[in-house]
Amino acid sequence: MSTAMQLGLQSCEGCGLLSRPTPGEEGRCPRCDEELHFRKPASFQRTWAYVIAAAICYIPANVLPVLTTTTAAGSESDTILQGVVLLWSPTGWPLSLIVLFASIMIPSAKILALGYLLITAQRGSSANNEPRIRLYRMVDFIGRWSMVDVFVDTFTAALIQLQPLMSVEPGPGLIFFAAVVVFTMLGVESFDPRLIWDAMSLNESDSKEVSYA
Amino acid sequence: MDSQSYNQPVADGSLIACLHCDLVQRLPELEPGASARCPRCNKELWRRRADSLNRTLALTLGAVLLYIIANTVPMLGLTIVGRDASTTVIGGAMHLWDNEQKLVGVLVLFTAVIAPALEIGLMLLIVLGAMRARPPRWVGTLLRYHPTTRIWSMIEVMMVGVLVALVKIADYATVIPGMALFVLWVLVFVLAAMSANFDSRQVWDRVRWADEARRDEAYKLAEEMS
Repeated sequence: MSTAMQLGLQSCEGCGLLSRPTPGEEGRCPRCDEELHFRKPASFQRTWAYVIAAAICYIPANVLPVLTTTTAAGSESDTILQGVVLLWSPTGWPLSLIVLFASIMIPSAKILALGYLLITAQRGSSANNEPRIRLYRMVDFIGRWSMVDVFVDTFTAALIQLQPLMSVEPGPGLIFFAAVVVFTMLGVESFDPRLIWDAMSLNESDSKEVSYA
Repeated sequence: MDSQSYNQPVADGSLIACLHCDLVQRLPELEPGASARCPRCNKELWRRRADSLNRTLALTLGAVLLYIIANTVPMLGLTIVGRDASTTVIGGAMHLWDNEQKLVGVLVLFTAVIAPALEIGLMLLIVLGAMRARPPRWVGTLLRYHPTTRIWSMIEVMMVGVLVALVKIADYATVIPGMALFVLWVLVFVLAAMSANFDSRQVWDRVRWADEARRDEAYKLAEEMS
């Protein structure tokens, strides 16, 4: 059981080819021309930056209105959570749950999950490797679904344009909400899952050396 | 940074490292339809597809057709006290742009229109290029960037969003589902089948290598100089 890094080999994220760099260098993939690295460069720093940016945007995304409805009776602004409540009805509750899940629970869970993966990997934890890689894959798989609310608001606003009777306009919270989605997706992309396993691989090689000695 | 030299590939082509845990292992020969997983982290390393190029080409051509229809006919319409309104996918993004939400408008346009177009268009070029006896160098270049277009192509997410918007609007007005709505649902499944049938490893195994292309260029240049 050894990793490519321990053997001095690099595997290409673009095409999967395993290759050996000139000693002391990080070269290019001879098959697809990708710049190769043993691990994604500055993975911790870049992922932290995206997670923190997402966490900051998460607050205005939930406090500011995402939709403003103007009728003859006046105008009313709704935040994401208010949108979930408005959608709740004997027939509409499954969709209300979808929005609650996609817009409020997934983004916050993604921020927390990435934070957890970063902290455990940086502390060199070698416990719970399998649950952690499963968590990473789940965050990767589910992340795009938080865009649902952006599309809901886009098409609601585009369609309900019946001035002076009634109109719906996108609110200032929408851009922050979209930013949370984009930043968390970029965070997942910049995190290198191999970092989860590095502590374990290191411990293994240590113990091997000890047993040989 | 441009001085980076090409790595030396490992002699045994079946040796790979898992991209999720870096474990070096030998990829077994697989029957079509069978898959191999990493013994340490359980990542699927390869699923071999039967008749991958032909099937992917058929699905991609279908996707091209559906995509064109979906973006030219109305997706949603409504009637309220004798007034009509309708919108297309692009219309939704344009409305955001016109209402001081330019960035969100660009994001919607990118994830619902541009990225899917790239996902389908690049796939078509890749498959056509890969059908040649020796897929040329540009097939590898496109193949390297194709996964990124898949990440940002979000038609299936948009369709759930549209469904929620439909229910919301139904409270105020009569909603008229447009032709594009049905076409887009079909497209969601065709796109899923398209990427499920594509086997990138089989293309990588045959594609012309980057270092080979550069060697030939240098050779040609030297010939011209002399």
